[in-house]
Amino acid sequence: MYAVFKRELFSFLSSLVAYITIGVFLLACALLLWFFPETSILDYGYAEMNGFFSLAPFLFMFLVPAITMRSFAEERREGTYVLLATKPISDSQIILAKYFACVVLLILALLPTSIYFFSIYQLGFPKGNIDTGAVIGSYLGLFFLGNAFTAVGIFSSSITKNQVIAFAVAVFVCFLAYSGFEAASKIFVASSVETILLNIGINEHYQSISRGVLDTRDLVYFISFALVFLGLTKLILEGKKWKN
Amino acid sequence: MSVKVRALAKHYGDQRAVNQISFEANPGKILGFLGPNGAGKSTTMKMLTGYLAPTSGEAEICGKNILNEPLEVKSLIGYLPENTPLYNDMYIKEFLSFVGETYQLKNLKQRVEDVVKRVGLTPEQHKKIGMLSKGYKQRVGLAQAIIHNPQVLILDEPTSGLDPNQLTDIRALIKTLGVNKTVIISTHIMQEVEALCDEIIIINKGEIVANNTLAKLKEQYQDSSLEEIFRKLTLN
Repeated sequence: MYAVFKRELFSFLSSLVAYITIGVFLLACALLLWFFPETSILDYGYAEMNGFFSLAPFLFMFLVPAITMRSFAEERREGTYVLLATKPISDSQIILAKYFACVVLLILALLPTSIYFFSIYQLGFPKGNIDTGAVIGSYLGLFFLGNAFTAVGIFSSSITKNQVIAFAVAVFVCFLAYSGFEAASKIFVASSVETILLNIGINEHYQSISRGVLDTRDLVYFISFALVFLGLTKLILEGKKWKN
Repeated sequence: MSVKVRALAKHYGDQRAVNQISFEANPGKILGFLGPNGAGKSTTMKMLTGYLAPTSGEAEICGKNILNEPLEVKSLIGYLPENTPLYNDMYIKEFLSFVGETYQLKNLKQRVEDVVKRVGLTPEQHKKIGMLSKGYKQRVGLAQAIIHNPQVLILDEPTSGLDPNQLTDIRALIKTLGVNKTVIISTHIMQEVEALCDEIIIINKGEIVANNTLAKLKEQYQDSSLEEIFRKLTLN
């Protein structure tokens, strides 16, 4: 499994695709947070990163599928999946290896944004007047959110040979999971359905972790969310073995 | 008996790609798998290597069932898929190390060096796979199939698209590999079968229509050439 993980990661890092997607993500973050007046932290005037953390999920919705879309779709199109599938590695190992490679890439995309924290830390009045705990919590939330999106992306990459379709499906499912359920819950105000729908959606759990409270329920939610989609991926791969 | 196939079948909906075929292959012998395009050669090979699951029937590789012990079976087989799919973004040695790692080989560096020398890749060894010509790509494909010294080699059209010089080299290599391994190759080239194979299976529309040694097959059909036998068996 480590061999596949290493190969995936190196093939990301040796191709331009990774640098361009991460670069675009960081550029969009920087523009929205520091330059565009409506969302700029400088214009906002408070030393906090909430703007970034409410924006990041929407950027992730595009960044993560862009990273994950190639993982199975490209291998199937190029035929190299045959090579992988006939080596003594199980389907689960292949899926996990690809998943973790994408997660590492996600962390690489997230790391440079810590510069925003240090900048705001310096700009605060008095210096250092920023709620560090909340920032760490929010980063953790963002990390889990990214994990969930990655699982969705891996899944949608496994259902098609076409990377564009994989990307589109992943963006749609991520959007649905992030704010679709929340929006739907508003139809059933003040009933138990509302709570259920809210709890199925990602945003509720993301907000909860971002508050700085690490609740096991949220952890269990994110882990099972990822496991469900990785499990579905396994089903798809196995199904293809029987059908095609 | 290192490859044993019993009533193996693969159906795609109503279409029977492979219809209950049974055969055996032995160590030290090269088995030629012949048949027109779409006869089910590649499908059979994909089932043996665990890429496709059979609709029914079973197969054993060195006494291990392909359905019950898929990982063990996969580590016993070296497989060169049709059209030689390779990771074009990797360097030759990097790719071969990667393949070696999936088989959890020890002395990986040495193994890679050996196999590069063995398939005649030495002059090109520092190139990226994507930059290689077809013949050299085929060699890389062969190298990844033999790097773990497998008992059973399954080669799907190993010589398609090679020039005459490369053809001779690759054939000689397959011949030496066949001395102590079980080799199954599929091909369209009749001279190749006569030059390489000890036993021949001709498959047509998913069914085996001939399974014999070359000499016996010729005896049976009164010394007509293999090409004529092939046409006779697959053209009705």
